[in-house]
Amino acid sequence: MELGNLASIELFHPEIVLAGTVILLTVLDLVVANKRILAYVGLAGCVLAADAAVDLYGAPSALLFHGMVALDNFSLFFKVLTLAALVAAIWMSIGSGEVRQVHLGEYYIVLLTCGLGMFFMASANNLLMAYLGLELVSLTSYILTGMLPHDRRSAEAALKYLIYGGVASGAMIYGMSWVFGMAGSLDYAAINAAMSQTDGNHTGLFIAFVFILAGFGYKMAFAPFHMWSPDVYQGAPTPFTGFLSVASNAAGAAILIRFFYPAVSTLGQEGVWTFQAFPAIQWTDLLVALSIVTTTWGNLSALNQRNVKRLLAYSGIAHAGYVMMGLVVLNNDGLNAMLFYVVVYLIMNLGAFLVVMVMANATGREDMDAYRGLAYRGAAFPAVCMALFLFSLTGLPPLAGFIGKLLLFAAIIEGQFYVLAVAALINTVVSLYYYVRVVKTMFLEEPGPDDGPVAATASATPLLGLLAVLTLVLGVYWGPLLDYTTASLDFFMK
Amino acid sequence: MTDHVLSYMVFCPLVGMFVVLVLPRERHELIRWVSALATVPPLILGVWLYANFDTTTTAMQFVERAAWIPAFNIEYFVGVDGLSVSMLLLTALLSFLCIFASWGIDKGVKGYFALFLLLDTGMTGVFVALDFVLFYVFWEVMLLPMYFLIGIWGGPRKEYAAIKFFLYTLLGSVLMLVAILALYFYTEPNTFDMTRLMDRSRLYSTAPLAMWPFNLWGWGFQHVVWMALFVGFAIKIPAFPFHTWLPDAHVEAPTAISVILAGILLKMGTYGILRINYPMLPAATADLAFYFLAALGAWNIVYGGLCAMAQTDMKKLVAYSSVSHMGYVMLGMAAFNSQGINGAVLQMFNHGTITAMLFLLVGVIYDRAHHREINGFGGLAGIMPVYAGFTALAFFASMGLPGLSGFVSEVLILLGAWPRYHVLTIVAALGIVITAGYMLWMMQRVYLGPPNEKYRSLPEINGREIFTLFPLGVIVVVVGVYPRVVLDLLQASLDNINLMVVTHLS
Repeated sequence: MELGNLASIELFHPEIVLAGTVILLTVLDLVVANKRILAYVGLAGCVLAADAAVDLYGAPSALLFHGMVALDNFSLFFKVLTLAALVAAIWMSIGSGEVRQVHLGEYYIVLLTCGLGMFFMASANNLLMAYLGLELVSLTSYILTGMLPHDRRSAEAALKYLIYGGVASGAMIYGMSWVFGMAGSLDYAAINAAMSQTDGNHTGLFIAFVFILAGFGYKMAFAPFHMWSPDVYQGAPTPFTGFLSVASNAAGAAILIRFFYPAVSTLGQEGVWTFQAFPAIQWTDLLVALSIVTTTWGNLSALNQRNVKRLLAYSGIAHAGYVMMGLVVLNNDGLNAMLFYVVVYLIMNLGAFLVVMVMANATGREDMDAYRGLAYRGAAFPAVCMALFLFSLTGLPPLAGFIGKLLLFAAIIEGQFYVLAVAALINTVVSLYYYVRVVKTMFLEEPGPDDGPVAATASATPLLGLLAVLTLVLGVYWGPLLDYTTASLDFFMK
Repeated sequence: MTDHVLSYMVFCPLVGMFVVLVLPRERHELIRWVSALATVPPLILGVWLYANFDTTTTAMQFVERAAWIPAFNIEYFVGVDGLSVSMLLLTALLSFLCIFASWGIDKGVKGYFALFLLLDTGMTGVFVALDFVLFYVFWEVMLLPMYFLIGIWGGPRKEYAAIKFFLYTLLGSVLMLVAILALYFYTEPNTFDMTRLMDRSRLYSTAPLAMWPFNLWGWGFQHVVWMALFVGFAIKIPAFPFHTWLPDAHVEAPTAISVILAGILLKMGTYGILRINYPMLPAATADLAFYFLAALGAWNIVYGGLCAMAQTDMKKLVAYSSVSHMGYVMLGMAAFNSQGINGAVLQMFNHGTITAMLFLLVGVIYDRAHHREINGFGGLAGIMPVYAGFTALAFFASMGLPGLSGFVSEVLILLGAWPRYHVLTIVAALGIVITAGYMLWMMQRVYLGPPNEKYRSLPEINGREIFTLFPLGVIVVVVGVYPRVVLDLLQASLDNINLMVVTHLS
């Protein structure tokens, strides 16, 4: 069902609410003296947008604005996810010492705009729309990264991010131009139709797709396009880093799935997909190699990090690789595992960044030595939560991260990608080493004479508790979430 | 009540953990008593289970099942047979005693006992779980508390020992996870139900795979899965060459944790092989048992024994003696006859009690002298006669003196192994001499001879320590004199497991 502009408006509520909130914040910023109110307005806007998204969930799929944007459970799933990350990020920002230094009005406006860009990334049904969504997210991310005043790291990170991002989007749009030249359209369905008829120039398509993949891969921090990630993670204000790490990953996963499934592959029997129009080119092998390299590179680089934010950046690269493994499998179980993993990753990674923020607030430091004996410095609760999140990131039961990995490994083994399975499991063991190093520092080492007591920010504690409980509960009873992710794939299961 | 007896045994310690967590941290004595109380019901229920266990059937008993995650056919499914009930009793007993062996812990009491109770739940769960996911979850739940228990309350090199233990075990676990998933997807309808997977044992292909290197060895799907599971379990046993975590972990761990490690965790390796590899992958078991169970077991016996002989630290000596004694279990179960397999599980039980005594005894002397150098003592028998008496009992049981429990199981294993493996049985029998060598030599250096003046005033073993040692001593003597108290439990189930493999022997 393809709808025109006016008919689309009423199915476009989440975007409208979020965009309205951004405008409202811009106006409020001019008139309100107490800038803390802006945070609560932003929170309210996100909750309303989430409510609108949940309302639309389950409705019949439609293509809005003459096929530019897709409305289906899949895009709504990612919208809700993005909003959840936004809510957590705003909540974190309220209690963050770093964010207090920046101009709050701009901060929240740009943050919400970044979320809006992710909406478009998740729902784009046209390469041009995908590009615009990606650019909206990128531009806002550059600003947010460089927002800390008088902080050389922050400025440096923003500049690096901008340069890498510029190159990546240049490459991507170049690839898109090739696709347009060959398919005659930027619409996914039209690309698909064109490619199933073309029996000529596969090399040209291959080159085009590699360029496009580079652009998407940059957003999700795949090796070898990940170079920006550690610096940006370290330089950006921690609440935004937390948001970026999970939401960018999720939106990147969404855009990849949408591009590789409806545009490039065809659905065969029983939810098994095949990449079409590339008889000579083994896409699967390329993606397998890319995901193995990404995961391994991320994990090995994380081994020697002394800065916890950098460590989490490399761990994020590794997890981007895990998420991509679900894409490789080319069946609905793999996609389901991807979605599940993205949700779980959101919960545990935001939790870890929240603890990083608590520590940065209390000590002003982010290096691992600052965590020495944390459990014995009056911060047993954040320390225990951090241990839970890190073990969950490793994938130990009975924590949510284990279920994510279980579903992922199950999909990989069901698809008979044994090399990938072995690589993934060895990586799991490797990752334990660096996650446990943080845990060791917090629990096994005694606090030194300079390590003062740490008090958790009042606003951080409830969110920390919520995320920890979710990590535990989803590790033991994950059925409902699995039903939700399965339902969100309806669009692809037709 | 009796419908959920296994669930009560598993989750009682977990409830205890939550109670401990809400108690104020300064109330050390209260925390200790609550923890002790949490381990009493499993012990009582264990005795009840022993009394009501039907020794004539091979079926799973006291079964409970409930849907957990229907989308993946994952169930909460527990039950016991003769194999698991013996291990379950051992776990209940040692957990209870180890609470008292931990009484002297005075740093971070709350954390210690909470983690200990979590560990208890994990261990008990492993022995009753009959759903693969449940099994894996319990298996991994043990890891975290163990890491912290060694890492926080351990000796000088605790951090190294803890992470080494963690990494080794996790490597084994992920291999196991892959094997579990491979079995899950191999047959339709997909299931994690271990009993149903056992029924399908003939369906798993043994036809050689085309993939290198398996084509060289003629390994099929069944062999590869067997190996993945075996490596996971071998790390726990620990079989050479995966044993190197064990001396570190044992030496650095606090006494009670060493007891749990040696008494229960090592048994999980051989338990897993008997519970999973044997009935589910019998053809691969028949093909691979010679190299990976019998020969490796004999090598474990000799290698562990010789390493033990070279040690100067009492705890390290006992740790290596575990490597050696677990070798007997591997040899026994590879014999594929009733004596061998029953002897092997009896040896698991006996080793659990005897090694627990040995570690407790080393702990007693360490608490007093604050070192464990074998050459740093002398003539302790004159200074602490009661203590020396218990030590002698444990040493002789470990050596396999007739009349004590170790003898029965070792004789059964050697009797069982002889018809199949002449050379290996002779090697294993030599291992008994090596055991006698290092045990007697330690006895002579530590307990006999002129008393060391430095330790003339060491206090005698106290009531609490006797309380932890006495039940184990009684079991060692009773099983030594009348082994049927344990063997009767085992026989029906083990003969059945053995039968599944025997039909595949060429």
